[in-house]
Amino acid sequence: MKKTLLIGGLIAAVGVTGLFAGVPAKADGALTITSWGGAYQESQRKAYYEPYSKEKGVKITEEEYDGELGKLKAMKDANSVTWDVIDVDSAHALAGCDEGLLAKLDYSKIGDKDKFLPGTALDCAVGTIAYSTIFAFNADVYKDNQPSSLMDLFDTKKYPGKRALLKKPFGNLEWALIADGVPAADVYKTLETPEGVDRAFKKLDTIKKDVVWWEAGAQPPELLANGEVVMTSAWNGRIGNAIKEGKNFKIVWDYQEFDWDFWVIPEGAKNTEGAYDFIKFASDPKNMSQQSKYIAYAPTHKDAIALVDPKIAPTLPTFPDNMKTAIATDLQFWADNNEELTKRFNAWLAQ
Amino acid sequence: MAVADTFPRETGSNIPLKVKLARAERGRKLKALGLVLPLFLFVVITFLGPLVMMVFKSVQNEETFGRLNRTSEALAGWDGADVPEEAAFAALAADLKDAQEQRTAGEIAKRINYEFAGAQSKFKSIARKVTTMATGPYKETFVAADKVWGDPRLWRAIKGASGRFTSYYWLSAVDLRLGADGIEKAPADQSVFLDVYGRTFWIAGLVTMFTLLLGFPVAYLLATQPPSRANLLMIFVMLPFWTSLLVRTTAWFVLLRTEGPLNDLADLILGMRFDMIFTRFGTILAMTHIQLPFTLLPIFSVMKTIPASHVRAARSLGAGPFEAFWKVYFPQTVPGIAAGCLLTFILSLGYYITPALVGGPKDQMVSYYVSYYMNNIINFGQASALGATLLVITMVLYWAYNKLVGIDKMKLG
Repeated sequence: MKKTLLIGGLIAAVGVTGLFAGVPAKADGALTITSWGGAYQESQRKAYYEPYSKEKGVKITEEEYDGELGKLKAMKDANSVTWDVIDVDSAHALAGCDEGLLAKLDYSKIGDKDKFLPGTALDCAVGTIAYSTIFAFNADVYKDNQPSSLMDLFDTKKYPGKRALLKKPFGNLEWALIADGVPAADVYKTLETPEGVDRAFKKLDTIKKDVVWWEAGAQPPELLANGEVVMTSAWNGRIGNAIKEGKNFKIVWDYQEFDWDFWVIPEGAKNTEGAYDFIKFASDPKNMSQQSKYIAYAPTHKDAIALVDPKIAPTLPTFPDNMKTAIATDLQFWADNNEELTKRFNAWLAQ
Repeated sequence: MAVADTFPRETGSNIPLKVKLARAERGRKLKALGLVLPLFLFVVITFLGPLVMMVFKSVQNEETFGRLNRTSEALAGWDGADVPEEAAFAALAADLKDAQEQRTAGEIAKRINYEFAGAQSKFKSIARKVTTMATGPYKETFVAADKVWGDPRLWRAIKGASGRFTSYYWLSAVDLRLGADGIEKAPADQSVFLDVYGRTFWIAGLVTMFTLLLGFPVAYLLATQPPSRANLLMIFVMLPFWTSLLVRTTAWFVLLRTEGPLNDLADLILGMRFDMIFTRFGTILAMTHIQLPFTLLPIFSVMKTIPASHVRAARSLGAGPFEAFWKVYFPQTVPGIAAGCLLTFILSLGYYITPALVGGPKDQMVSYYVSYYMNNIINFGQASALGATLLVITMVLYWAYNKLVGIDKMKLG
């Protein structure tokens, strides 16, 4: 009896150490692709993952995230990066490259660098879509006299009801200043000064008690649909897809915040060659032009733009009418000030 | 069996009995150790190891240590009052040239930026610039590129970050910072964490209190009913306990929504809707529901051991019903209350998903910020310091609790 117990204990000990011995190796050629979930990842699945798997016989494992590169850093520190390709926004593309989390890209394995729109072929990242942060409202609530300008998002008298905003200072401070009368061209000059930041927070103060904060891209259409809020900031494609599904939402393009999403390969990825092959496939104009069918984001490859169905064009952020007052976020400003402004934002939220 | 085998049978040998006994005991001890070893290893590998690593992360300059050696040396004798001499600039330039080559300049820039907002872009652009320069003078070039290089505050931040250890994360975790004349309070708009700790303990305390108020009578009912009925009632207590925490939290999310069933009912009866989702009320309600069995079960099992005859004896000796309960029954349940409340309080301190789903921005607890710094800002040092501070405060509270209640008096049944 003693002996059996002892042996049992030893087996258990071996079992425990075995647990940490290592992650089982991936099947040859399989790819793990991480993206932003919801309707966006769905569009990538239809446009890229499924056709690629079918054509090349490669198994694609999908993961979802909300832009948290902290996970990637933890994986890199532990020397076991399990992601092969990631979809990131521009802030993360730049920061991840600077901090050595992302591999420098070899464009000879992807395609002609000059064929991408200016600013979308970076050292560590190659553009895949143009998206924008807009605000949308529930047209069942506002039947006539609908919101049409950014001022209306901040006008709780004319448009009462809760609104949802991204739970970050990024983007919100810019909108607050513009709504307070700062010309779009001077927004970052104003935010560089302490008075400018105070002014932005003061403007946000006026709607604070009516704001619900969202963190994942799939939340805004849900909050609008279940009546939790009457208007919300959102990534335009998410609202576009909800409209396609029959929701009575409307997008306001005024002062849309224009940005890119990129494909990147993490430093230390296990299947770099496979990753390049996938990115090459997804950057092919013919394949890239497919994604707009499934979500209202615009391609970054010059040849792909011509292939997009003209019927879809007015729903894309790049459509001239939608671009009239568009602002581009200043990534340098946010790289410098994100930490401090986020802390201040959290302190402000807790007040 | 074990005793018979190992006890010495003959007394004729010249080895003293004491030694023989010790030998026999040693074998048994080793076997006992073999049984405990798996658990011990498990705890060391999965708990103590990461804990020690976490504490190290919160005091180390991982991003900069070893990468600013020359600068660190050049700044060793600097008094911190004026702009340093050319030698320091040259040393930093040399360090940055190496960093640029090894792709570590971005990490260094990010680390300095924690303590000096705006340094990130200045570092990156100067790092690019120095790679094109073969020789100095560097001081002029730096200051000409941006006047921030003439700010002693930036140089103090560089000096602070170039050593092996830093107090920055721990100070920042309690809303302090290192100023020109030692430790000072961080400005109000940068002070978040003390408030967050206060909130965390307040919420955990309220939840503990509510679970006790609700759980005590139920535990009493369960303990005094005949077994057949008590078992049925027990299932009602245990059923939610067996359901995943995430499922229960999501259920509350649906129930509490502005357009949810509870508000539909309120609208029907009272003609108005209440703010319940994304509020403190919702957070405490959901957490109380989830934690209820943890407080209830220890109290219940202690109550089961209290003979009914005690209260009867008190009553027959002339005590009123309340007196008999309060003076005879209640004191015997205290060990169970102590155990249940401590369990709930400590578990509540670490809540993350429930406040994140049903709470508003003012209801997020320490774990939320740990995750935020880990995932979004990628500042592992700050996340570690926050977690470690929570651990320290909890241990101090546990110590105080032990002094007041006495941990040996605690009973789980």
